[in-house]
Amino acid sequence: MEQFTGRVWVLGNDIDTDIIIPTEYLALKTIEDMKQYGFSPLRPELAGQIRPGDVIVAGKNFGCGSSREQAPEVVKALGIRCVIAKSFARIFFRNAINNGLLLIEQPDLYDHVKEGDTITVTVNEHVEHQGKTYPIASLPDNLVEIIEAGGLVKAMRHRNGLEA
Amino acid sequence: MGQTVIEKIIAHNVGRTSVKPGEIVTAKVDRVMLDDIMMPFIVGKFQEMGFDKVWDPDKVVMIYDHLVPASQQDDVRHYKVGDAFAKEQGLKHVHRSDGICHQLMTEAGYVKPGDVVFGTDSHTTTYGCVGAFSTGIGYTEMAAILGTGELWVKVPETIRVEIEGELPAGVMSKDVILRLIGDLGADGATYRALEFAGSTVEHMTVASRMTMTNMAIEAGAKCAVFATDEKTAEYCGIRLSDFQKSLGGDADAVYEKVLRYRAEDFVPVMACPSQVDRIRNVSELEGTPIDQVFIGSCTNGRLEDLAAAAEVLKGKKVSPFIRLIVTPASRLVYEQADRQGILRTLVEAGAIVTHPGCGLCCGRAGGILSDYERVVATNNRNFLGRMGTSKVEIYLASPRTAAACAVAGKITMA
Repeated sequence: MEQFTGRVWVLGNDIDTDIIIPTEYLALKTIEDMKQYGFSPLRPELAGQIRPGDVIVAGKNFGCGSSREQAPEVVKALGIRCVIAKSFARIFFRNAINNGLLLIEQPDLYDHVKEGDTITVTVNEHVEHQGKTYPIASLPDNLVEIIEAGGLVKAMRHRNGLEA
Repeated sequence: MGQTVIEKIIAHNVGRTSVKPGEIVTAKVDRVMLDDIMMPFIVGKFQEMGFDKVWDPDKVVMIYDHLVPASQQDDVRHYKVGDAFAKEQGLKHVHRSDGICHQLMTEAGYVKPGDVVFGTDSHTTTYGCVGAFSTGIGYTEMAAILGTGELWVKVPETIRVEIEGELPAGVMSKDVILRLIGDLGADGATYRALEFAGSTVEHMTVASRMTMTNMAIEAGAKCAVFATDEKTAEYCGIRLSDFQKSLGGDADAVYEKVLRYRAEDFVPVMACPSQVDRIRNVSELEGTPIDQVFIGSCTNGRLEDLAAAAEVLKGKKVSPFIRLIVTPASRLVYEQADRQGILRTLVEAGAIVTHPGCGLCCGRAGGILSDYERVVATNNRNFLGRMGTSKVEIYLASPRTAAACAVAGKITMA
């Protein structure tokens, strides 16, 4: 089973999509142009501090608010390996899956982890932090299919005979 | 076994007699709404997916609203991408400056009771005001629908909210939905459908109902819906089919929970900075100084909202240091408010009346605020940095309360 280790950034409850990427930057041409403004209303310095492979751990309702798919795309473009939260808002959840950004619902880790800690994720099994393991549920089959296809764009390209 | 409204709509859509919460089904989409902000991304993904033709051009509605008129040089690119796509695909339903997407979708008759509708904006939940199942999606899923006409849906559990009796004078449907969001919490209805029922909502206009379905997403809801009735039929200008007539919750339907309220218990409230579920009675906030008032948005920019504000403002003046910005939700609302003398009342009181559109709600139009300023606004979100800097404080309220605050120059009851 796929496994990876990452450094943790801790964010709170109800991290909304306006925080993840404010409306004023949504009309920039590319996600690469936008990503420097990620999380800027809450922590303007954060986008510059995140390194590829880092992990976000947050409280409940991560990604609430607007349907802007730029939000998960910015998180992914910043190099975040996965977001672990107590719960996710549903549009953000779908958008993240469709873009191949791994999201993990885990109710307890948030209460025990602090920023800068290191965690190890075994996908579809558990998260390990300071010797303690936190179980994670597996995803429904139809979502696994999208992820295994490499996201919804690739799944559609496959449907249209453009990819094997 | 009885069914909830949303279960009936989804079952009908997939050609079955019933569906159960948790089931994943593939819905045939009746209508989609594409907004200007997302246009370049939608078109880009559509092409990347390898599609040539939109599945059914008549079912596609494109609306430019967040970026109209352009406030940044690059905004025009969004219209150009949209216009080129409309031409290439033969799309006829394109609105370039007619108002806010969610207002137009129902006002212009694009959504009917029982329809399944998706839009690239989270407030697509609005169309439950006319008995549709509608919800917001991202641009990648929209591109996939444009190519296939389908989208997978998990049948949601339903939370039923029953409100009985007559609302006190001065309490608007905005106060009702804000209180519900406060009680449910910003994630209290996540993945759920909200079904509003009871004599209070039966007496509401479709416009008032629209305010409530619009804000359901602020409790995390997938969708929200009212039973289809004669008011729905009249608003939509249709005769109801037997299926549409059946779109009320059955007495023996299975609800995740039922919340019951007495209308007389509601009071004017506000959502305080910077969380939609931080609800306080206006009376508790009395006297808080403010700098600006915004009346508009897909939540509260309709004729009855402007009329409620005008009633408060008639013969009065906006406090000298307050900027009162009024933005009608659509061109039609603008015209009607003009004909009825509402705009004149607002202007005479000292309001700045702007062109129809999203306006200040998404922080992309005139009226953005600066550090430590406070605004009372009738829209749906008070998130950090939404109307200017992250140190701006946004209080969400009804149009009636907002107008009273503009006159007083501070938070006050109407």
